Amino acid sequence: MDIVELSRLQFAITALYHFIFVPLTLGLSVLLGIMETVYVMTGKTIWRDMVKFWGVLFGINFAMGVATGVTMEFQFGTNWAYYSHYVGDVFGAPLAIEGLMAFFLEATFVGLFFFAWDRLTTHQHLIATWLLALGTNFSALWILIANGWMQYPVGAHFNADTMRMEVSDFMAVLFNPVAQAKFVHTVSAGYVTGSVFVLAVSAYFLLRGRHVEFAKRSMTVAASFGLASALSVVVLGDESGYTAGVNQKMKIAAIEAMWDTEPAPASFTLFGLPDLADHTTRYEIKVPWMLGLIATRSTDTPVPGINQLVSLAQTQIRDGILAYKALLAIRATSHDAAPRTLLQAHVANLGYALLLKQFRPDIENATDREIAAAAASTIPNVPVLFWSFRLMVGLGFWFVALFAAAFWYSAMLELDRHRWFLKAAFLTLPLPWIAAELGWIVAEYGRQPWVIEGVLPTALGVSTTAAGNVLFSLIGFAVFYSALLAADLYLLIKYIRLGPDDVLPRPADAFQRGVTP
Amino acid sequence: MSYEILRIIWWLLLGVLLGGFAIADGFDLGTAALLTFVGRSDVERRVAINSVGPVWEGNQVWFILGGGAIFAAWPALYAASFSGFYLAMFLVLAALIVRPVGFKFRSKLEDPRWRGWWDWALCIGGIVPPLVFGVAFGNLFEGVPFGFDADLRMQSDISLWSLLNPFALLCGLVSLAMILMHGAAWLNYKTRGPVQDRARFILPYAATAYGLVFSVAGVWLSRMDGYSMTSLAAPDGPSNPLGKTVLHGAPGWLGNYENHALLWLLPLGALLMAVMASLVRKRAGTSFLLSACVPALTIATAGAALFPFLLPSSSQPGASLTVWDASSSKLTLEIMLGAVILFLPIVLAYTAFVYRVMRGPVTRQQIESDIKTSY
Ligand code: HDD
Ligand code: HEM
Ligand code: HEM
Repeated sequence: MDIVELSRLQFAITALYHFIFVPLTLGLSVLLGIMETVYVMTGKTIWRDMVKFWGVLFGINFAMGVATGVTMEFQFGTNWAYYSHYVGDVFGAPLAIEGLMAFFLEATFVGLFFFAWDRLTTHQHLIATWLLALGTNFSALWILIANGWMQYPVGAHFNADTMRMEVSDFMAVLFNPVAQAKFVHTVSAGYVTGSVFVLAVSAYFLLRGRHVEFAKRSMTVAASFGLASALSVVVLGDESGYTAGVNQKMKIAAIEAMWDTEPAPASFTLFGLPDLADHTTRYEIKVPWMLGLIATRSTDTPVPGINQLVSLAQTQIRDGILAYKALLAIRATSHDAAPRTLLQAHVANLGYALLLKQFRPDIENATDREIAAAAASTIPNVPVLFWSFRLMVGLGFWFVALFAAAFWYSAMLELDRHRWFLKAAFLTLPLPWIAAELGWIVAEYGRQPWVIEGVLPTALGVSTTAAGNVLFSLIGFAVFYSALLAADLYLLIKYIRLGPDDVLPRPADAFQRGVTP
Repeated sequence: MSYEILRIIWWLLLGVLLGGFAIADGFDLGTAALLTFVGRSDVERRVAINSVGPVWEGNQVWFILGGGAIFAAWPALYAASFSGFYLAMFLVLAALIVRPVGFKFRSKLEDPRWRGWWDWALCIGGIVPPLVFGVAFGNLFEGVPFGFDADLRMQSDISLWSLLNPFALLCGLVSLAMILMHGAAWLNYKTRGPVQDRARFILPYAATAYGLVFSVAGVWLSRMDGYSMTSLAAPDGPSNPLGKTVLHGAPGWLGNYENHALLWLLPLGALLMAVMASLVRKRAGTSFLLSACVPALTIATAGAALFPFLLPSSSQPGASLTVWDASSSKLTLEIMLGAVILFLPIVLAYTAFVYRVMRGPVTRQQIESDIKTSY
């Protein structure tokens, strides 16, 4: 494997690993806020016990989230040096603001959350908990602004003197529609994850007939919050599809395995076997009109197919070559105005010309065959996207159904009466993680070969360190992360098995030792 | 505000962030590094760990913010240094991954082997980052072999072994001694009983070690070849490092000190504070505050010598990164300055609040009465 593949693999592994912990943090922090609010409003100590018990599990998960996030923050510099140079002017800002506005908040108040039960008034502690939840959600906002810009690089221009992208309109970066759609969809996915976690663990308690009051109350909170979140994941997932349809047409076409443009309104392929080699999809089962509605919100705009997008890419590459030639001319005679005007005219497609770099360094001399090959390289891995997307969506509908049932039974006060329901809830435990990881695979793998859509090909973004170094760190992270995950799961399972009665300090504990807490 | 001034402000802010990291995260790194020394029994170690328990997480954000801010304000530096020091960064990351998990997981099981394992992990996790950062800083003065092609793609050939040259290792020791001293000062202030005694015992040794290696490094530096810019690209020009010429050789690294004698206050201050911190160790609070000045002054000492260089190149000196040609665009620097002015005071305010809420010593009795929820 070369450095590009190794770096991609390392990024994919570390990002997917970070995102094992992130959604649970996002969801549980808000659930803790809700439970503690109920405690402060009702004064019933069982609600404080709930906050403390789920809080212990939250803490174990949070530590892993922090540990794996640190890798992410520095990995752009270590493994994606040219990327960092090329877009750092735009991409670095949201990352730094995330640190200032979000990480400090969550990391400071998480200390108070755990250590200051006796040092703060109940109201103060409640505020600390909500600030912790706010911090985690801000952090999602800023990182998704950064990630949204990679999918839809607005508000920036190419500067020939510094050879990089620079900010021209920061507001456009902030209010990027893709980032907003991503934020709400991803945060809701986190809420679903947190709710499923509480629901499933409580179901486990009820199946065993343990901690019944505790579990029923926890389930009630998870059911209503989870239902709202699951609905919003599905509705806002549709919004993600729409924003992707506007600016990442290739991704939508690949998700749909739609090789050729269909007359509007396009139909949605419910099932089929996409074939990369032949550019066909076998055994299709189609739902008429559906895709046209999702991707364009209209019945008369055609959704372009993969083959058409590839020929479009050829034109864009040829146009980009003109921009690249202008760039070379600017370097040769830096004060001439003519090449700069020329660059301006074609700069929008400069990134497409850079796709040729994988075939030859002097891309201005590219042959027709190389141009055709570069255009063909814009097709992502269709079968993977096709299936990942369908699985995620299927799971989305399953969560809606599950939470609807939970909501109904909790309203009817029958949560502990239906064993099939409790079993289903328990077995759902791993599913939100699968859905969320698949979501990232759709979003990120579906963006290939671009690291910044239309601007910078992934293969160019890497550092120039020796591939052996990357192999070493990749193996290092894999070993290290596996060991930590084993410890993490062991502790979580152990503490869940112990249950609230054994995990929480009872007033009696302190009393026996003759000290007051 | 002109581009030139903005660049200087961001150079100063870089120092503030590194200083914030060294001061805030410094004492919990030092505490972890000293863990197996100050704590002989399980409960003693828990006293040490809980002395930083509620705050280390916030402290670590100084490190993360340092990374983020370098990315945003000095993208070329972010790209060149982290990819250049690839394996060294991997070591630091590994240490900083183990730490959060170690703090959280250690006391969750009773098994002594489990706890012993995490104690050593925490200890190594506290030693490696200051050591590596010191070594990296030392290499800045030696110059690092890297350059750029016309597309500004970095070409570098830096092996981990080449970073381990004698001067850089000495700087690693400076940084390690400083962090140990700072950690000891914290434990001395924040704990009671045997943990405090041992911390108070080690403090003067760490401070002396720091003073010695820091002075030796200073003398060495005065005899080393330095880098100087011979033709300057405009200080408000575009950030392209290829537009200047740089000379490697005499007049060494002390040019700035020769031109501005007041700068000598920085290294002298660092030494003085270290000595004072150990002299007044019976007044633990004052001692800790004095020791907190040492990292800030040490970093300022190095920065003042390097200015305007950020990352000198030994193989293509003209490609060295400097304050004038490695920054973000003017607009980004302005936006980020706005963000810092808006958020940093808020951060400092609630951080101060947290320290106030958590004030007072951590004792054995507290740990024992709260055996299930403390770290
Ligand atoms: C949608 C949410 C989300 C996404 C896509 C990411 N993160 Fe994350 N990150 C969080 C949501 C989050 C969080 C919820 O705020 C975490 C997870 C658990 C935690 O402790 O905080 C966190 C922790 C966390 C930390 C530690 C913060 C601390 O000390 O409190 C860092 C440095 C990063 N992340 C950096 C990144 C980078 C560079 C990412 C992209 C490549 C990234 N995260 C993706
Ligand atoms: C919001 C933060 C991000 C998350 C959660 C995230 C998530 C993911 C995921 C899940 C994958 C796996 C796709 C696959 O199967 O390969 C991936 C791949 C990748 N991501 Fe991201 N990503 C984020 C931001 C970024 C950024 C900022 C970069 C910039 C360098 C980046 C570059 C890559 C690359 C190069 C790959 C490998 C692509 C491949 O192997 O096909 N991602 N990311
Ligand atoms: C009907 C249900 C769903 C629809 C229509 C949907 C739609 C989408 C789409 C179109 C994307 C890609 C966005 C892009 O490429 O930029 C996406 C990404 C993603 N999905 Fe879903 N999704 C659904 C359910 C879920 C569920 C149940 C989860 C997790 C619990 C989830 C988690 C994610 C995540 C984490 C991402 C990556 C971040 C992002 O791009 O927003 N999705 N989803």
